[in-house]
Amino acid sequence: MAAESVKDVVLSPVFKNNPIALQVLGICSALAVTNSMSVSLVMGLAVIAVTACSNLFVSLIRQHIPSSIRIIVQMTIIASLVIVVDQVLKAYAYEMSKQLSVFVGLIITNCIVMGRAEAYAMQNGPVMSFLDGVGNGLGYAVILLIVGFFRELFGSGSVFGFTVLTPVQDGGWYVPNGLMLLPPSAFFVIGLIIWVLRSIRTEQVEKAEYRIVANSKAKIKESV
Amino acid sequence: MFEHYLSLFVKAVFVENMALAFFLGMCTFLAVSKKVSSAIGLGIAVVVVLTITVPVNNLILTYLLKEGALTWTGLEGAENIDLSFLGLLSYIGVIAALVQILEMFLDKFVPSLYNALGVFLPLITVNCAILGASLFMVERSYNFGESVIYGAGAGFGWALAIAALAGIREKLKYSDVPASLQGLGITFITVGLMSLGFMSFSGIQL
Repeated sequence: MAAESVKDVVLSPVFKNNPIALQVLGICSALAVTNSMSVSLVMGLAVIAVTACSNLFVSLIRQHIPSSIRIIVQMTIIASLVIVVDQVLKAYAYEMSKQLSVFVGLIITNCIVMGRAEAYAMQNGPVMSFLDGVGNGLGYAVILLIVGFFRELFGSGSVFGFTVLTPVQDGGWYVPNGLMLLPPSAFFVIGLIIWVLRSIRTEQVEKAEYRIVANSKAKIKESV
Repeated sequence: MFEHYLSLFVKAVFVENMALAFFLGMCTFLAVSKKVSSAIGLGIAVVVVLTITVPVNNLILTYLLKEGALTWTGLEGAENIDLSFLGLLSYIGVIAALVQILEMFLDKFVPSLYNALGVFLPLITVNCAILGASLFMVERSYNFGESVIYGAGAGFGWALAIAALAGIREKLKYSDVPASLQGLGITFITVGLMSLGFMSFSGIQL
C-alpha cells in the first residue's frame, strides 16, 4: 500500500473518474437538493459518510457473505447507516433535515453507494475500501457543490447564504433568475457540466449512432 | 370523495411528476430510454410495483411502525412503542421482497407478461422512484385509499415521462449534435426542456 496508491484511490474519483459526471451514477437525488449551497454541502457530507462506512463494513465481512444473498446484505448495511445519518441530522440540524426531506432516505437507493460496495469493497481490504468510499463521496459532493453554486448564485444572488450579487429588491442591480431555483435548471446545469468535461477529456465522448453526411440532401437529388 | 381522489391522481401524474419534478428514478430513466418499446415495458412494471408497494408500506406503517401502532397486539406498554425510525429499513425490505414475489408470481401464472417485464423487474428494486413514493406517502401521511391512488398516479406519471423521453431520443439520434454533447449531455438538456414543459401544470387545482 504505497502512499501514491492511497492518493490515487481518494483523488481519482474526484477528478478523473467522477461518479456523477462520467459514470452518471447517483444523479437521482443529486439534482433535487442543489438549489442552495448549504443544503448541497450537508447532502454531500451525508453521502461521504454513508459511502465510506458502508464500504468499510462490507469489506470487513466480505469473506463471510454468501454471494447469492450479497445484495440484500449490502442493502441492510446501507439502510442501517442511512438511518443513523437521518437520526443524527434530525437531532443536530433539524431545519436542514426538513429541507432535505425524503432525499436523505433516498441515499439508500443511490447507485454510487451500492455500486462501490459491489464493485470495490467486495474485492479489497477495509482501509482501501474506506478511502475509496471517501473518494467517491467527495466526487459526488464536488459536483453537488458546483451545481449548487451556479443555482444559488444566479437564482438568489448569494453563495452559502451570503449575498454576492445584490438583488434589485434590496436596492442592488441584480435581477434574480427564478428559473434557477426550479427543477429544470438542475438538468441544464448538469448537461452543461457534462458538455464542458467531455470537451476537455475527449475520450469520454459517446459515439453517434448515425453520422450525418455533409450535404446529403443534394446528393439524393442528384441520384433521382 | 371521488373528486378528492381524482385531484390526488392528477396531481401525482402531472404536477408532482416523479421523474421531472423530483428527479426520482433518474438512473434507470436515462439508461432505459433509448427505445420506446423497452421504455413502455419498464413504465408498466413501475406502475404495477408502485401500486402494490405504496399501499403495503402504508399498512406496515399504520399497524407496525407508527407511535402506538402496536396497540392491537394487546401487550403491556405497546401503545408507547414508536418504531418509525426503522421505517427506511422496512420499506426497502418490503420493496425488495415484493418485487421478488411479483417476479415469481408472474413467472408461474402469467408467463407472457413475465417475458415482457422480466428483465426490468430486478432493476426496479433500486429505482429511487419506488422508495421515494413510499417516503412521500409517509411524509404527507396519506391514508390507505389515498396511498393506492397516489402509488398508481406516481407510477403512471413516471411511465408517461419515460415513454415521452424515449420518443424524443429515437428522433434525436438522427440529428447533428455537437460531439461532446452527444448521448448523455443532450439527454439532460432534453429532460430539462421536458421538465420546463411540465412546470406549466403546476398550480392546477381540481
